[in-house]
Amino acid sequence: MSTMTHEQTTDHEHHDEHHGAPKGLMRWVLTTNHKDIGSLYLWFSFLMFLTGGAMAMVIRAELFQPGLQLVEPNFFNQMTTVHGLIMVFGAVMPAFTGLANWLIPMMIGAPDMALPRMNNWSFWILPFAFSLLIGSLFMEGGGPNFGWTFYAPLSTTYSPDTTALFVFAVHIMGISSIMGAINVIVTIVNMRAPGMTWMKLPLFVWTWLITAFLLIAVMPVLAGAVTMVLTDKFFGTSFFDAAGGGDPVMFQHIFWFFGHPEVYIMILPSFGIISAIVPAFSRKPLFGYASMVYATASIAILSFLVWAHHMFTTGMPVFAELFFMYCTMLIAVPTGVKVFNWVATMWRGAMTFETPMLFSLAFIILFTIGGFSGLMLAITPADFQYHDTYFVVAHFHYVLVSGAVFSIMAAAYYWLPKWTGYMYDETLGKWHFWCSVVSVNILFFPMHFLGLAGMPRRIPDYAIQFADVNQIVSIGGFAFGLSQLIFLYLVIKCVRGGDKAPAKPWEGSEGLEWTIASPAPYHSFTTPPEVK
Amino acid sequence: MTTKHETYYVPAQSAWPIIGAIGLFLIAFGAGSYVQQLSTEQSSGGYILIAGIAVILFMLFGWFKNVIDESMAGMYSAQMDRSFRQGMSWFIFSEIMFFGAFFGALFYARMIAIPWLGGASNNAMTHEVLWPTFEAIWPLVTTPDGTTTEAMPWTGLPLINTLILVTSSVTLHFAHVGLDKAKRTQLIVWLAITILLGSGFLFLQVEEYAHAYNEMGLTLESGIYGNTFFLLTGFHGLHVTLGTVFLMILFLRVLKGHFTPEKQFAFQAGSWYWHFVDVVWLCLFIFVYII
Repeated sequence: MSTMTHEQTTDHEHHDEHHGAPKGLMRWVLTTNHKDIGSLYLWFSFLMFLTGGAMAMVIRAELFQPGLQLVEPNFFNQMTTVHGLIMVFGAVMPAFTGLANWLIPMMIGAPDMALPRMNNWSFWILPFAFSLLIGSLFMEGGGPNFGWTFYAPLSTTYSPDTTALFVFAVHIMGISSIMGAINVIVTIVNMRAPGMTWMKLPLFVWTWLITAFLLIAVMPVLAGAVTMVLTDKFFGTSFFDAAGGGDPVMFQHIFWFFGHPEVYIMILPSFGIISAIVPAFSRKPLFGYASMVYATASIAILSFLVWAHHMFTTGMPVFAELFFMYCTMLIAVPTGVKVFNWVATMWRGAMTFETPMLFSLAFIILFTIGGFSGLMLAITPADFQYHDTYFVVAHFHYVLVSGAVFSIMAAAYYWLPKWTGYMYDETLGKWHFWCSVVSVNILFFPMHFLGLAGMPRRIPDYAIQFADVNQIVSIGGFAFGLSQLIFLYLVIKCVRGGDKAPAKPWEGSEGLEWTIASPAPYHSFTTPPEVK
Repeated sequence: MTTKHETYYVPAQSAWPIIGAIGLFLIAFGAGSYVQQLSTEQSSGGYILIAGIAVILFMLFGWFKNVIDESMAGMYSAQMDRSFRQGMSWFIFSEIMFFGAFFGALFYARMIAIPWLGGASNNAMTHEVLWPTFEAIWPLVTTPDGTTTEAMPWTGLPLINTLILVTSSVTLHFAHVGLDKAKRTQLIVWLAITILLGSGFLFLQVEEYAHAYNEMGLTLESGIYGNTFFLLTGFHGLHVTLGTVFLMILFLRVLKGHFTPEKQFAFQAGSWYWHFVDVVWLCLFIFVYII
């Protein structure tokens, strides 16, 4: 093995500076190229998006009518659990990491990520981790069925034995995320082109820098939480068992100390994407660049002080309830700054409405709706009514689907010409957008009413008065699921060919990535550009 | 203008990451199966776990050999060195947060969970209804369901171990000074002493565990006191083990004449890691043993 690697390294020295991509399957397995790894992340996350989406279809089919029709309650619970885990750890997070890989080196004028081999390792852990998680569904006793939040004692006393696999799958996902985040931080801190000072960084880079910090800070806490679940279940400890002096509520504290920064991990890069696209299609510079940076940092800091707003009904002392309520509401301020800045950027801009812009506009409106329902949930006394109902489901799907996922779609449309060298089919893109935006609202908006009327989340059956609205929701769900196939078709079509894209396909876009050819050469900035 | 950027070394394709990913998969699958098989006759999981660890060791050996060869061939620039240093610092930060989760559990149990079970704050009825005879004390030698154990005193082995580990941090610093001043003998002797101290610490910790299990009845199943005690000291012990192995590899590299006052990232990383492990122990000694 050592002679082989030696040959590789000596070989490298003789390479032409602009050599192309190696051929064959092993290119993808052995790659150290940030663009290859970015593509791997993006395709993997899309595959997981469809897999988790298929599970959502099972959920919506079962809930189409009251009563039990299609699946057993235990399998239903496995579907809600694995749907959540896949969408959070398999779809949204890898999609952002894929975008980071593709874009950050190009945006800061670097030749590649700082630690390219570790970059490859971070990615290739994921398919293995998810095959473990999904594989556990087919094992004796079934897969995880305790919700993606795996509250004790559901995940300890009452869980299937395969929980052990869930725990170790989460461990290696965490290793992957931490390595990915270290790579992002080191790249940004250390590899910026000359003249690329901090306050010239594109906001996508800024938001990812802060996201990476959050990842390194909280993924180890998640590792601690799953470890305690493992020892409680299999080794007789009682961290989450009052009989041994522990406390099941302590699980929720540890989990949400991870979990709340985690939800900002899934939205901060979105803010960066929207802050790139809105100015491009408004043909105006971003309004309030500095305030965007400070708002992102404020959100990140506050995210460590609000975790217990997920736990208002657990019987915390009143002081704690109030503390977490006020801290949570405080987050509305920096978030409001961002929404204001995006709107102000569009003000009197020469706007056009290509697909990336349409998704960005939908993001701003629908994410804001999700933000407002979040404020409603933050009000402690009101939360006693909303807690664990479909209102919560509506809230977090508004911020995660019409928020995070829409921003990822917007990013894909915006940078596809740069990645593939071809323009995507604008007509198909508009079809995808309008089908998605209509169906996503049919899917999630009525859930608010279901929740306010008292329908609990995570149940396979429900009272008869919820039937009509659930049918509407399910129809919206199926429509949204089918709409994503348009996107799949569009991306494949774009990769295979189409109108040649110029280096800068969007008139108003700014940044170093538009100064190099489309498709971006395999090694973009072997000599760093000078940033004025 | 940009010479330092032009020399940034982007490695060619490498097989080590995918080997590492397979190794981690085998570890996760093997450990997951092993844990499930604890109460059964089967043992396939254990073998898969061992195979996974073997693959990871093979990967680490090969990957580090690769990196060391590249480093010795002078392919790394000062910028690359900074990337490595920053990467290591953030890795240590992630480790701090990992220990933070367990310290958090310890503090929560002591300050909140146990007092509440004893009726503090507005929990008089909890106490009355659930375990009226329960006494909220720390160390929790009698759990609510009546499991009893003994608390580990801070004198004796733990105190000796504290002295050993603090001393080892100082001796490692002397070794580092030796490296910075290119005094080879000083470097070798102090590094060897550090490794001996680390091994001594581990030996005494095994003694302590045996004493806890055999004579004190303090086990992993002794309720929240035993849980936090063993998980905190256990994970710390694991880190000391890794740190000692790290130092041994550095020792071998020093014997081969690998480090210079200017080029010593790996030594710096090992030294940071060792000091971090030492600081974690001091926190452990205070919060787990003394207070």
